[in-house]
Amino acid sequence: MSVRQPLPHDSAPMQVQGAARYIDDIPTPANTLHLAFGLSTVARGRITAMDLSAVRAAPGVVAVMTADDLDHAADCSPSAHDEPLLSDGSVHYVGQPVFLVAATSHLAARKAARLGKIDYAEETPILTIEAALEANSRFEDGPRIWTNGDIEAAISAAPCQLSGRLEMGGQEHFYLEGQIALVFPQENGDVLVHSSTQHPTEIQHKVAHALDIPMHGVRVETRRMGGGFGGKESQGNALAIACAIIATRTGRPAKMRYDRDDDMVITGKRHDFRIDYRVGHDEQGRILGVDFIHYTRAGWAQDLTLPVADRAMLHSDNAYAIPAMRITSHRLKTNMQSATAYRGFGGPQGMLGIERVLDHVAHAVGRDPLEVRRANYYADAVDEPRGAGTGHRISGAHSPAAPAAQATHYGMPVKDFCLHAMTERLSAQAGYAERRAAVEAWNAANPILKRGLSVTPVKFGISFTLTFLNQAGALVHVYQDGSIALNHGGTEMGQGLFLKVAQVAASIFGVDISAVRITASDTAKVPNTSATAASSGSDLNGMAVAAACETIRDRIAEIIAGAAHVSVEDVVFEDGRVRAGQLDISFAEAAARTYQARVSLSATGFYRTPDLSWDRIEGRGRPFYYFAYGVAMTEVVVDTLTGENRILRTDIIHDTGNPLNPAIDKGQVEGAYVQGAGWLTMEELVWDDKGRLRTHAPSTYKIPACSDRPEVFNVDLWNQPNREATIMRSKAVGEPPFMLGISALMALSDAVAACGVAYPDLHAPATPERLLAAIGKVRG
Amino acid sequence: MDITFLLNGETVRLTDVDPTRSALDWLRETRGLNGTKEGCNEGDCGACTVVVTDEGGIRALNACLLFLPQLHGKALRTVEALGEAGQMHPVQTAMVDHHGSQCGFCTPGIVASLVAGHAQGRTDHDDVLSGNLCRCTGYVSIIRAAQAAEDGEVPDWVEADALAVEAMAGNAAQIDSADALAAWYLANPDGVLIAGATDVGLWVTKQLRDLRKVAFLGGCADLKGAEIGRDTIRFGAMTNMNDVQAVLAIHHPSYADMVRRYASEQIRNAATIGGNIANGSPIGDNPPALIALGATLHLRRGDERRSMPIEDFFVAYGKQDRREGEFVEAVTLPKSAPALRCYKLSKRFDQDISAVCGCFNVSVENGLVTAARIAFGGMAATPKRAASVEAALVGKPWNAATVTAALAGFAADYAPISDMRASAAYRQITARNMLSRYFADLSGQAVNVREVHA
Repeated sequence: MSVRQPLPHDSAPMQVQGAARYIDDIPTPANTLHLAFGLSTVARGRITAMDLSAVRAAPGVVAVMTADDLDHAADCSPSAHDEPLLSDGSVHYVGQPVFLVAATSHLAARKAARLGKIDYAEETPILTIEAALEANSRFEDGPRIWTNGDIEAAISAAPCQLSGRLEMGGQEHFYLEGQIALVFPQENGDVLVHSSTQHPTEIQHKVAHALDIPMHGVRVETRRMGGGFGGKESQGNALAIACAIIATRTGRPAKMRYDRDDDMVITGKRHDFRIDYRVGHDEQGRILGVDFIHYTRAGWAQDLTLPVADRAMLHSDNAYAIPAMRITSHRLKTNMQSATAYRGFGGPQGMLGIERVLDHVAHAVGRDPLEVRRANYYADAVDEPRGAGTGHRISGAHSPAAPAAQATHYGMPVKDFCLHAMTERLSAQAGYAERRAAVEAWNAANPILKRGLSVTPVKFGISFTLTFLNQAGALVHVYQDGSIALNHGGTEMGQGLFLKVAQVAASIFGVDISAVRITASDTAKVPNTSATAASSGSDLNGMAVAAACETIRDRIAEIIAGAAHVSVEDVVFEDGRVRAGQLDISFAEAAARTYQARVSLSATGFYRTPDLSWDRIEGRGRPFYYFAYGVAMTEVVVDTLTGENRILRTDIIHDTGNPLNPAIDKGQVEGAYVQGAGWLTMEELVWDDKGRLRTHAPSTYKIPACSDRPEVFNVDLWNQPNREATIMRSKAVGEPPFMLGISALMALSDAVAACGVAYPDLHAPATPERLLAAIGKVRG
Repeated sequence: MDITFLLNGETVRLTDVDPTRSALDWLRETRGLNGTKEGCNEGDCGACTVVVTDEGGIRALNACLLFLPQLHGKALRTVEALGEAGQMHPVQTAMVDHHGSQCGFCTPGIVASLVAGHAQGRTDHDDVLSGNLCRCTGYVSIIRAAQAAEDGEVPDWVEADALAVEAMAGNAAQIDSADALAAWYLANPDGVLIAGATDVGLWVTKQLRDLRKVAFLGGCADLKGAEIGRDTIRFGAMTNMNDVQAVLAIHHPSYADMVRRYASEQIRNAATIGGNIANGSPIGDNPPALIALGATLHLRRGDERRSMPIEDFFVAYGKQDRREGEFVEAVTLPKSAPALRCYKLSKRFDQDISAVCGCFNVSVENGLVTAARIAFGGMAATPKRAASVEAALVGKPWNAATVTAALAGFAADYAPISDMRASAAYRQITARNMLSRYFADLSGQAVNVREVHA
């Protein structure tokens, strides 16, 4: 069976030979136009004069457009209709597109775009949390507040109280392939759009709106992205719209790709957060109540900020049963890039808040942070998987019995918790106790270099919190030669979705994976798709494809059963054969016979996630189908003279249910950890006091390099079936392991704590500079 | 400008090439070889890495910072032509088998770097890949692939390309010697000299400047290489930083270790020591080390030559003691300086510009400091000596009390700025702490996080 095999990525042989095609590699006619935006150089103000004569006169320039030149209002927002393609006369951040250049080459367009002369009446930009609060500059009418229990009573009645503040930076996606779109004009005013997007339907919708044509006039195709990470959920809209407008106006193909600096200056990043907390706890470190206040700088437009900030609130418990909690969430409107989706979608920020609280409480009560964490864990579940399935126990014998109804702060029962068992196994196999002692001995002997060790858990909710998005469609064709073409609503950004889904299809038909051709995502094949986001790609599309495959398989089975005079249930599809009674034929022959019997070998499939209900205003319900779990142990060393640091070793156990492809899942875990650790250590976004992003290229914005990965890095999968009836009982893997990187920050905090008596109070990203400052503080 | 080179084994002759057209743009836009990717167009991500063979051997270079004329007389290999006879290169096979590609956009560059490393017999994969960013894998699977491919067979084209380069040796470059350069620059003092193009390349790709009058110095064989004398080492200005590193590894291990973190493999394969000095950047990493060593800089203008202590070359921000038409010909440094230590401080270890680069060379005889040369990058508008700190050390016993007393000198010596790399305060305190580290280092304490292992 194809599923569960560690097959290599389907594109890998092409990728390693440079033959995998990305949008910039698609051959284009010689008359193709290349686009670039002219950008605002001020963070807030009004345009008082615009002289684009030099732009128009520049070599190769074919067209120059401002908002006044548009036939229809073109909007790029995925949510609130608040992102005009080109400035409406007001500007809201440095990097906002003001005018559009179309030229005969990429370089000519870039050069011309720098020649615009724009005068502004500048206003004081809102750049800080304080300034935004003072101006009441925010999305929604006020903060979202969710309360569970009597928080004031819980904190004041607790034996101990503490409070603190954590600041955490945003994060640039740094997909290696920058944003790009290519549009070919079609007859009848239609367009064919190639877009590097996680959300072809959104591109289709926004392009149709901008052209003022129905969605059926726009076909969007996405074969693969060179990385997405959330950065291509909404941020590709502007390029696709711009190309569509130019292509339909000129009748020439139009391509737009942002230069890396433009990409980083124009597009949104992960939301940065400040989290203030007040905690009531007991002498053992049991948390009795937490009052969180979240502040996020969301940038100039709403984009996806509301669900991102919601998800931060939803993950404010992480793995911990906390009797009383209140979260107040301020979504602040600032004159910066509009922060957007990024792997974890607010979950990491919310989760880091509670992990910081656990770290702080453990320091306050003087207990081992891992003991304190485990003392606060939810109880491991002991019930059986639901529905048809294997009947595996979810957890081991060490787990305490689950109380009758443990539930999150938003009222969702936690029925699949398994972190006690996972943590126990990790501690044993990675030698936590011995290494804790070794770290202490090292720190006692070494005045300059200090080591730190930390274990942190992840419990991450799986489903879009906007419930209607939890649906997917698929289209499967079986050809008369037995080859299979597969299409679904998901997009491939390197995560191996296409392969996983193809493995599902191959397993259902009992054929080798080579019989299945995975085709580009295409809005003309599968309509009304959701973004490939929220880690849901294989859960949703795997199920939809399975449904389509089962429909076709059942049709084939009926034909073959008739021929073999057996019942349909007795037809077996395996090893590329179809067997029924005395009949044993190849899958190809079975397909041919079905075709000759005039039975359709094409089917659509559809899936919607069951059992969801969610009220985001009240903060109550079941927003998630299930949780994915993981636990990581990280050891670091810190130089107390400079703050330089390294990750020495990382051990991870991560839960992907019954993995559809263990090698793909392991790759996701490894990559996510390094990306998560990068967010919290070296990746630093710096804006100056004019609102200009100073770190807009890899020369100044540093993502982890090869030598930054943990020197020793052990990743195991938990390999237990999902309690819920997901595709082959697997679990989502895209986002959850990102948050395992929190253990790197907490290990650094542990090393800093070894330098003195005060709590480290370490902020993120923990650059060498921030580490040195924290060391200075603990030393007093 | 007319050039001849080998592209994937086939001879290519180009006439009237735009001298600042990048190899990357030419490959993708003109030749339709789209396997090589543009990730950043500034030499920081490595997606555009290609394999180039010249008289110095086979190596990885960034195609985005490689102007077409720099390929003259060389052999260029792109990701499409790394295998042989329809077979993938062992590195490519291993990358598939070990799941080394996810989104695949960095993959051609990763493969090119690993193939160059493989041909060189390298197993220091982290260094080989120091100039290749991957956002998907966390690098673990890539390293597994690199290790698995170590014993794979080197394809025949490696030798074939080297032989073809030898055969092309007669194709003289426009400027093929120091004398020719001296004459050209005297006649064209407003021209731009292009050594490795790792900085000038950015003028073109990022600042979008049109450079009208340029001279490529890659053909000046007599400006390349190290002369090891009895007491000195003389580096020709056109010696690339990986070649510099190889010599330093023997004589100045701490300086060599710093250079190992200087930019990336691809950049070090192109960047020259002379370019790094002539550029005059306050955050270049060679100058502080060379100042601490008491190096001598050799300049040439026409047939006139002069030499100076290297610290005198750096006059002010963006201003060096260099006359019109004068160029850096060589630098001479002492062969032995056992007390030299070089500390490079940045947000990331590999391929990151220094926030602070501190270089220390203190001589101690009979317990007393007899001489002290301490220089920093990132602390002033130029690479600069710590004169007050040095003065506070010389003549004093080499002990913790002397070091502590000398720390006050930093405030007099430096007034650093704040920028996206570090604040002024952090620069000031870490500069001081580096002196403390130096003292601990010489006394044998553990001071290097990169030498600690799990």
